[in-house]
Amino acid sequence: MLEIKNLHVKLEEEDKVILRGVDLKIGAGEVHAIMGPNGSGKSTLSYVLSGRDGYEVTEGSATLEGRELLEMEPEERAAAGLFLAFQYPVEIPGVGNMTFLRTAVNAQRKARGEDELSAGDFLKVVREKAKALKIDAEMLKRPVNVGFSGGEKKRNEILQMAMLEPRMCILDETDSGLDVDAMKLVAEGVNALRSAGRSFLVITHYQRLLDHIKPDVVHIMAAGRIIKTGGPELALEVEANGYADILNEVG
Amino acid sequence: MALPKAREDALAARLQALPVAAGKGWLAAVRAEALARLTAMGLPARRDEYWRYTDPASLNAPEAPVAHSFDASDESEPFDGMDRLKIVFVDGVFDPAASDDLTLSGVTIERLAEAGSKDIHWAQGLYGVLETRGQDPVARPFAALNSAFATDGVLIHVTGKATKPVSLVYVHESEVSDAILHHCVKLDPGASLTLLENGPAAARLNKVMEVEVADGASFHHIRLQGRDHERRAVTHLFARLGARSELRSFTLTANGRLTRNESVLELAGAEGRAHLAGATVGDGEFHHDDTVFVTHAAEACESRQVYKKVLMNGAVGVFQGKILVKPGAQKTDGYQISQSLLLDEDSQFLAKPELEIYADDVKCSHGSTSGAIDEVALFYLQSRGVPRRTAQALLVLAFLAEAIQEVADEDIAENIHARLERWLARHGSKG
Ligand SMILES: Nc1ncnc2c1ncn2[C@@H]1O[C@H](COP(=O)(O)OP(=O)(O)O)[C@@H](O)[C@H]1O
Ligand SMILES: [Mg+2]
Repeated sequence: MLEIKNLHVKLEEEDKVILRGVDLKIGAGEVHAIMGPNGSGKSTLSYVLSGRDGYEVTEGSATLEGRELLEMEPEERAAAGLFLAFQYPVEIPGVGNMTFLRTAVNAQRKARGEDELSAGDFLKVVREKAKALKIDAEMLKRPVNVGFSGGEKKRNEILQMAMLEPRMCILDETDSGLDVDAMKLVAEGVNALRSAGRSFLVITHYQRLLDHIKPDVVHIMAAGRIIKTGGPELALEVEANGYADILNEVG
Repeated sequence: MALPKAREDALAARLQALPVAAGKGWLAAVRAEALARLTAMGLPARRDEYWRYTDPASLNAPEAPVAHSFDASDESEPFDGMDRLKIVFVDGVFDPAASDDLTLSGVTIERLAEAGSKDIHWAQGLYGVLETRGQDPVARPFAALNSAFATDGVLIHVTGKATKPVSLVYVHESEVSDAILHHCVKLDPGASLTLLENGPAAARLNKVMEVEVADGASFHHIRLQGRDHERRAVTHLFARLGARSELRSFTLTANGRLTRNESVLELAGAEGRAHLAGATVGDGEFHHDDTVFVTHAAEACESRQVYKKVLMNGAVGVFQGKILVKPGAQKTDGYQISQSLLLDEDSQFLAKPELEIYADDVKCSHGSTSGAIDEVALFYLQSRGVPRRTAQALLVLAFLAEAIQEVADEDIAENIHARLERWLARHGSKG
């Protein structure tokens, strides 16, 4: 599904290197987790994959189902099946959440040569998916993320993901700022989307999300590199002992 | 005070090119007075404080600069399908064949050219009167010139609630047409009217509209200035509002080499409400100036100014807006916002917001901002699969929304929204 090879990234504006050779391979239907201390480059990796400005790839490649991602515009990556649930979802005053969702869904359908959804069909699908995430009609009418609580913003990200049905989902700290109930809701939303043809990359700080979204593989990232890869037990180890031991062990 | 020589010459040249305003009747006398006002003040010059941001040269020139008319056949005519009374002007001349019958219940409509030759007429109390009041404290020479030389226009007297909107349609055909239109609208107590205006009108347009809104009356005004790229226009809206009356005026400007829209409002009776709004989109050789002067002369009135401009590829936007609160105008609620969205570094927005307050119990706020498109929001939209151009249009429309909201009629607001959407699909910053 997603294959990242020796990815080196620096900031465009300054000589600051953030990613120093990331290698990662996620198969179809797999769930991978990335854990790591603050500032290790996890969000940067997710931004570079989705095409945000301001970063320069100095080496390496990233492919989605064999297609080179790094050359594409962000919207092309989305149409190719990539989705990033933002660590900090963006507020867009003046653009209604519903308009936003419909524009996004139809833009992707168009890019794939499919017919646009009718207003009625669209409404039906949104209502159903929103209900599962306990997103009420009022939240759908409000401008995108404006005045939403932290939890509402994260649930709104999952709603977008559910609507767009991407094949490769990256979740960047979707659990941060959520209470236990909200986290369960989000995890259920994610689990409902798990399928043989869809992969997940779950970036998180804490083991607790991984209790709900069970990963197949866990990676530890530090200083712009993946320094250790293992099974779900690796997350438990981090939970128990912190990153210090692993960092020391790797040197 | 005598004018400097250069100004005297400029005025003489301009006057010479104007047709001698024919006439007997009440209008002839009123015109002579207007000409005297103009002669005393002269034409504006870039040196004038009020014209610092907008060069009046092409408006002063004896001949109208050439302007081709724009083929807008890819779009339906604005207000099409609306039940309205249509009055058509072609290059500033009334076209009876294309116009509806000028009869509407609760409203009398007359052509200026005909009504002006009578000995007495209600418009005597309005024509040039609000314009004259509006000359203080700032001179508005083009308005005086208009009162002196207007060749056509309508006089609308609203005695009740108009059953449908009056729609003034301005067709531009000749490349060198130089139109001077003057309208008067008088709303009796409790009367109401929606007035629609659309079209570029001429290669160069000078238009004045004087509106008397009596106690409890309501006047809604929606204007779409047409898509001609080269046209020039200087327009004035003068209005005086009585107690508990309401005025709403919205203007959409897309394209036009030069536009100066002045709105001069006086809230003269308690609890009047005036809402002025403008949405402007400009690409390239485009200069658009909103100059607004709102006077609160009575208690507990509310005024709102919402001006939004989207500028790209070197387009220039100007906003000069003033709220004057006179002594005794307590409990005034004044709001003014002027904002621009600059899609590149070649475009610019010049703003001069002003408050002048002589009462102590007032609530007035003003704000002016100039900003670029929110790149983070743009990326967020793109990451959801929305193409950059569409995402940009979505953000631009969101920016304009506060101005479009001032259009009370939902169908018209939606139509304006759709028009802007199409315009934005055709225009983008090259920067
Ligand atoms: N646009 C940016 N400007 C400046 N520094 C940045 C920028 N993006 C990331 N960084 C820096 O890069 C490092 C990695 O950041 P980030 O990817 O957000 O880490 P994580 O998500 O793992 O906490 C940090 O030191 C951060 O300050
Ligand atoms: Mg992060």
